[in-house]
Amino acid sequence: METNIKTDLKNLAAENPVFAIKEIVRRHSMQRGAAIPILQDIQNTFGYVSKEMMQRAAEFSGIPVGELYSIVTFYAQFRLEPIGKNLIQVCHGTACHLAGAEKITESLQFETKAQAGGTSPDGLFTVEKVACLGCCSLAPVMTLNEETHGRLTPDKVKKIIKEKRRQAEEEKSAGKGASQDA
Amino acid sequence: MHSAPYRVKVGLATCGIASGAAKVYSALEQALQGTDVRLERTGCIGMCYCEPLVEVIAPGGESYMYGKVTPEDVPRLVEEHLKQGKPVRELLIMGEGAETDDYSFLQGQHRILLKNCGHIDPEDIESYMAVGGYEGLKKALTSMTPEEVIEEIKRSGLRGRGGAGFPTHAKWSFTRQAPGKQKYIVCNADEGDPGAFMDRSILEGDPHSVLEGMLIAGYAIGANTGYIYIRAEYPLAIRRLKVAIQQAQERGFLGERILGTDYSMQIIIREGAGAFVCGEETALLMSIEGKRGMPRFRPPFPAQKGLFGHPTSINNVETFANVPRILHQGAAAYNTLGTEESKGTKVFALAGKVRRGGLVEIPMGTTINEIVFNIGGGISTGKPFKAVQTGGPSGGCIPAELGDTPVDYESLKKIGAIMGSGGLLVMDEETCMVDVAKYFLTFTKEESCGKCTFCRAGTYQMHKILERITEGKGREEDIDTLEELAEKIKAGSLCGLGQTAPNPVLTTIKYFRKEYDAHVKEKYCPAKKCKALIEYRIDPEVCTGCTLCARQCPAGAISGEKKEAHEIDQSTCIRCGLCINSCKYQAITVISEPRVTA
Repeated sequence: METNIKTDLKNLAAENPVFAIKEIVRRHSMQRGAAIPILQDIQNTFGYVSKEMMQRAAEFSGIPVGELYSIVTFYAQFRLEPIGKNLIQVCHGTACHLAGAEKITESLQFETKAQAGGTSPDGLFTVEKVACLGCCSLAPVMTLNEETHGRLTPDKVKKIIKEKRRQAEEEKSAGKGASQDA
Repeated sequence: MHSAPYRVKVGLATCGIASGAAKVYSALEQALQGTDVRLERTGCIGMCYCEPLVEVIAPGGESYMYGKVTPEDVPRLVEEHLKQGKPVRELLIMGEGAETDDYSFLQGQHRILLKNCGHIDPEDIESYMAVGGYEGLKKALTSMTPEEVIEEIKRSGLRGRGGAGFPTHAKWSFTRQAPGKQKYIVCNADEGDPGAFMDRSILEGDPHSVLEGMLIAGYAIGANTGYIYIRAEYPLAIRRLKVAIQQAQERGFLGERILGTDYSMQIIIREGAGAFVCGEETALLMSIEGKRGMPRFRPPFPAQKGLFGHPTSINNVETFANVPRILHQGAAAYNTLGTEESKGTKVFALAGKVRRGGLVEIPMGTTINEIVFNIGGGISTGKPFKAVQTGGPSGGCIPAELGDTPVDYESLKKIGAIMGSGGLLVMDEETCMVDVAKYFLTFTKEESCGKCTFCRAGTYQMHKILERITEGKGREEDIDTLEELAEKIKAGSLCGLGQTAPNPVLTTIKYFRKEYDAHVKEKYCPAKKCKALIEYRIDPEVCTGCTLCARQCPAGAISGEKKEAHEIDQSTCIRCGLCINSCKYQAITVISEPRVTA
């Protein structure tokens, strides 16, 4: 059910992004303190929150755009820039730090050519450091999109990235016709 | 096939799924098609080190726990155990015939709070009700006044499990007595301490217990609206909470006129947006109100003036989960556990360099050594035990010599650490304590909201000094400066973040002064961790010239002919350590030697 709503908004956004933002604001109109949920829904729908999106959200909700901007820059969750095709979050919690998270980030940067916090030149990978994913017994850990990978080694990282690249190649040659959500 | 059906349970919490439990579940689903075996999903039993876990319950009720199960193991499990009745010994970690010592992980614990985790189906309210779920709520609503509920919590001795240990009944009673009609109950599920996952496991494994706790609390303080402020990083917990809320509504435990009484309650989920400071209660309230999560001056306390200006009680996930048990079984049964000042049990997320990491619940007063060795099975690397860290970025490092310290609010405070929310990180000899202190300051420096100057600028300066020390550029006076800054930050910060941020530095200086001196005076890192102070070297006697390391090296610092000993060029080496992982002959070693500086 939850995912259906998300797909709805994504479809709407593809057709008319302004309508999508209007719809998001409408859904939260009855709520007190709705600014953060509105921005979260915008990010879930578009992948990031641009200044133009904040402008629109401000118009529709009546929340000053400065307030929205202050929220986006305060909370770590929000991104002002679009991300790559695959989002990789490397856990830098205490257990992962002890287990060598630094090494994992380094090998990810080496394999994807993306700087930490940035996107690879081919647009395939965005590599982020996050505080703690709460899977400490599997340290070091990272998430690739929705999937969690544990007990990582530089070797495992290499394999995972290789596999993703292969998939991307396959999708490319298969043509852009089939979209996953339908 | 046996006549009575077998039951098979798969642990499907985040750690289980990350280890491949979902694949095991679907493999079982397929293999069991057309049989009468009941396949069930459950939360985390806490043995994270052994995930994915599959429990087989025989027709007679005997339990067999299998660990580290892969989809490839499934056909054997089904054929040998479920069809022929012969447990698969190699995979068995608990139950008759098991040859491992894993049972001691659970034996050393006392599970009240985690009783249901890993046993019931978290997405099925029936499963919760079958083990006494919502009995506490029924008892409170039908036979007790709100004051009596608060009195019962007082008798139980329950203290806030978020870390500070404030008596729960006092918080409730202040909120109840505060003037005003509109009141709120808030559940703090913004588990931000790196290295802590107790709340996540409770929410994923037993979400109804938290809802029930909130409902009882709402009744006690006179609130009709509750908020759960939960980290967005916990998608599975959020999903299970939503399912639980819907089911509770359908059953009449939540919504208008609960159980036919005058008490109504709605619960709203708010996802956090990734700010550690929002674990602090006033910052959390600001965030629910849709603002930057910055703490404010107290008083007025939230109990007087909280969410949207109304009296509010904010309690932690684990605190709420305790409440139904206390109400259902009575305060007298609860407070027999624990110490004089700290009652009941505490859940810890045991992780780090420990053999059996996972979720453990122990009566207050259990010693650190008992947790690390009896439950955790000792150090995973086989190296000597060096320290434990409790309380995350607000806590301290406790050296192995103090391993006899009982875990309770007062004893931990006395030695400079704190109970915290329940992270318990085990460190071995290979852990550099200066690096650990730097790690936590990196975290607090970034998470400081910036409101108080000492916290904002002070943590930045402390971090800079620690960075300098780990780079071998430390100065004689640095340690004194750190201590001075620490004191000022503690005194000059409004909220818990700043007030406790210096703790990791202070405790490591107090208990591991020698390591600081080694870095500052002799420019070496005894644990061989700090990059600027170590070198990787290839032993020419052992190196076979396989060229693997040279191909792995991202900096191109390794050279040598095929089948001849290789060499690392220290000036280009970036000390990433990828070579040491790739070498099959253990020819590469890390060294750090005391240097005399001119």
